[in-house]
Order: sequence, then C-alpha cells, then structure tokens
Amino acid sequence: MADVDITSQTMDGMGPHGTKVGLLRVLGPAHVWALGVGIVLVGEYMGWNFSVGKGGAYAALIACWFAGILYSCVAMIDSEVTSTVASAGGQYTQAKHIIGPLMAFNVGLYLVFAYTMLEAANAITAGYLFSVVASMTGHEGELDQRPFIILVIMFLAWLNYRGVLATLTFNLVITAVAFCAIIVLFLSTSGVLGGGIMDHANLFEGHELPYGWIGVLAAMHFGLWYYLGIEGTTQAAEEVRSPARALPFGTLAGIMTLLIAATLTWYVCSGILPWEYLGDGVDGAVAPLFDAARLSGSTGLVWLLGFGTLFATLASANGCINDASRAWFAMGRDKYLPGWFGAVHPRYRTPYRAIVFLVPIALIFALGAPLDQVITFSILSGLLGYTFMPLNIILFRRKWPLETIKRGYEHPFHPVPAITLLTLCGVTFFAVFLGYGTQLVAMIGFYIVVSLWFHFWRYRFVNRGAQFTMPWPKPRGY
Amino acid sequence: MDLWNWLEYGAWGLSALLGLHMAFDWLKTDSTYSEEVLTSSREGEIEALAEQHKAGGAHHG
Repeated sequence: MADVDITSQTMDGMGPHGTKVGLLRVLGPAHVWALGVGIVLVGEYMGWNFSVGKGGAYAALIACWFAGILYSCVAMIDSEVTSTVASAGGQYTQAKHIIGPLMAFNVGLYLVFAYTMLEAANAITAGYLFSVVASMTGHEGELDQRPFIILVIMFLAWLNYRGVLATLTFNLVITAVAFCAIIVLFLSTSGVLGGGIMDHANLFEGHELPYGWIGVLAAMHFGLWYYLGIEGTTQAAEEVRSPARALPFGTLAGIMTLLIAATLTWYVCSGILPWEYLGDGVDGAVAPLFDAARLSGSTGLVWLLGFGTLFATLASANGCINDASRAWFAMGRDKYLPGWFGAVHPRYRTPYRAIVFLVPIALIFALGAPLDQVITFSILSGLLGYTFMPLNIILFRRKWPLETIKRGYEHPFHPVPAITLLTLCGVTFFAVFLGYGTQLVAMIGFYIVVSLWFHFWRYRFVNRGAQFTMPWPKPRGY
Repeated sequence: MDLWNWLEYGAWGLSALLGLHMAFDWLKTDSTYSEEVLTSSREGEIEALAEQHKAGGAHHG
C-alpha cells in the first residue's frame, strides 16, 4: 500500500509535480452541498411535473422515489470514489484512473454536454421568468427575452471567472433561500401552520393511475429531474480544503436534502393542482410550486416562491458553468483536448480559458435551440454517465480492494448499490426510448463517432505519462 | 418606453461590459505570464502527499 493518507488535515495546499499555478483549495462541505443541490433544485421548481402527465400523480410519486433510489446509489458510489480521486474533472478523472482513456474521454464529454445544455436551459427559463414578471407588472407587448438570457450567462460566467469561493458562496445563499421557500410553502399549505388547502383525496379520485403501469414506467424519464446533477459535487474535488471529508459529507447531505425537497414538492403540488393541469408543463403548470403559491392566496408566498424559482434557476446555471469548465479544463490538462484549455488564472486561480470558451457554446444553445430538446440531450448525457458509475465502482473495488487504498468514505452493501443503479438505468433508458427514441439513437451515434475520432486521431496527443498521477499501488491482477 | 424597455437596454449593456471585462483580462493575463506557468497545474494535492512521503511503485498506467 502506498504511504498516503488523503484524510490528512495537515498536508493541504501543496502544489504537486511542479505546479506553479493551480486551483485554489478554499471550499468546505457547505459549498459542496450548494454546488450539488444548487444544480438540481430547479428540477423541483419546474420540469418534474411532466412525469405527472406521463402517468398521473401516483406514477410521479413512484418515479420520484425510484429515481431517489437511483440517485442515492449515485451519491454513495460517487462519494467513495471521489474521496480517493480528489481531482478536478470528477467522473472523467475517475474513469481515466479506473477504466481507461476511451471511457474517460466519453465521460468527460457526457459531463460537458450535460452541464452546458442544462446551463442553456436554465438561461432560457430565466428569460421566460423575466417576461412573466414583466407582464405581471404591467409591461405591454412581448418582452425581448434575449438580453436577459445573455445577461444570466455572462454574469454567472464572469462570477466563475473571478473565483470559486465567491461563486459557490453565492450559490449557497440562493440555494438555501430556494430550499427554505419549499419548506415554508409546505408548512403554510398543509395545515401545519394555519389552515391547509390540500385536497389529495378528491383530486386523485378516479384517476389514480390513468395510463396504468406503463405510465409509471414512462414517468421514470422525468423522475430524474428531481435529482439530476447531484453528481456534480465531485467537480469541486480539487478546490475543497479536505476532499476526503468534505466531498462525501456535502454529497450525502445534498441527496438527503433533495429527497426531502422532492417529496414535499410532489405532496404540495399534487394536493393543490389537478393532475391534468399539473402534468402539462408547457400550457399548464410551467412552474408548479409558484402556481401552488398563487392558489394559496398569500402575497408573501407568491413573492417567496417567485424568488425561489428565479434563485433555483440561477443556482443551477451557476453550478453548471462551474462543473462544465472543470471537466473541460481537466481534459485539456491531460491533452485529451488541446492543452491550451488546461490553464489556470494566476490571480483568480480558476480555469479561465475553459470558462470563457464554453460561454459562446451555451449562448448558441440558449438562443438557438428549443428548450425540450436542450433538456433531453442534457438528461441523455447524464444517464450515460450514470450507467458508467456501477461499472466504475465494481472495477474500483476489484482492482483496489478496501485494504489497499484508504477511502474518505466507504459505501455500504457493495455491490447492491451498483447493481441497483445499473438496473434502474436500464429501466430509465427504456422509458426515455418510449418518448425520445430518435434523440437517444442520435446521441449514442454521436458518441460512437467522437469515440472513433478519439481512438484513431486524438489519443496520439494525450500526455500518457502525466495523466496517471495518483499515488496508488498497482491494481490487483496487473 | 416603460421600465422594462430600459431594463432590456441595461441587460444588453451590462452583458457587453462583463464580456469585455473577461476578454480584456484574458488577453492581459495571456500576455503577462508564460504559457508554461499558466498550464503548470497538475492533479490535486494527493500527489504532493505522495512526493512528500516518497511513496514507491505508486503510479500505474
């Protein structure tokens, strides 16, 4: 076993292998929580309710909890692996060390696509929210949403450019407000504080499962929205003060927060809004929590949930910029992409070229692509990433058993979470195929083409000696 | 012209300012520091611990 203890509290802040300018280790567990929950929480404010349209309210609840199991497995597996592979790039770096370069290249692209598309979708949503506020405050005619979409992306990119501490502290504040807004809405409408307005029995009567069990299966696709992005916590690995402690703590606290937020969101919205309206996220409940607040009759709740919706959208876009740029940066640093992207700003200590490079890409998708397509490609890239995780942890445990490398966190019941995750990914792929088969095939075709490009052309430029720098013992069987 | 029309112009202007600020700082940084310094970053501190402890046979790949 290598004489390495990554749980050490006294060895932080050293520049390895001749690093003159590296990312700054300034983050704590709360920032990790804010990064993970911040990316996801917008899914509670909008999007999840498409699952109600697919199979009714009960189907949405079943999807919520099954997706919750899927993501609990993701969080546990990620926490173990990343507490040993504490480097920017997250799952890309894990794949590089545990599986191999081609898998790493693909996983890196899944990450960049998933986060950049989600960032674009959030910017589109923010533009829409501004237009709603404009019409509510008496603006006549259509508001031009473009300047607001561009401003969201430019402001958050600028914040990311200037430093990770301010970026994720900002995320911590707005994510906490958005989460508290859901709690306050639940307490105010469920009867815990004052009179309740819930009417589950009447709203559900006669259409418990309107499309039967196939509807439950179809709902799984949108059940992912409750949690999509929690795995993003791993991208902070090179910037937390104590990776072995902060990453598992922040990630597991994050998934617990989301399980609570998702269940409360379902309970509140399905108890106030009819399922036909709730399940139509385009012409019906675009922002169901905000709609529930409006039906409560409380002006305070309307304002709180209005700000909650905007804050959740901004937090998600902000976290996505952070994560996509770290994945792009890490791939550049290893020469999987041009090494030019592997630069760190000497003053702000951020991957500034990766951040700036991804701005126009996000703008193109935000201004030129329809929201549902952008979101679908984000979900598909994420799902491909989740399918990689069980393989990753099984190989990790086989090559480096528990006694060979000290982990910051060891997830329980291995290999049950890995098998569960793989099974649920299979179910979700089928669910996605039911609704978006063409996009699924197109996406897989795209990744096959870029894999061929990487194998036959790009890999010759990869810095093969420098890419494996973990102080691990030789893998078992090699 | 109501408030929202002014806000539209404000959003265009602020976006341009933020973009210009990033572009200006990017060019200034690239011209001030050598490429060797800017791209000297390597994976996290775990490797530094290895160097410190002189861990042997630790690399794979």
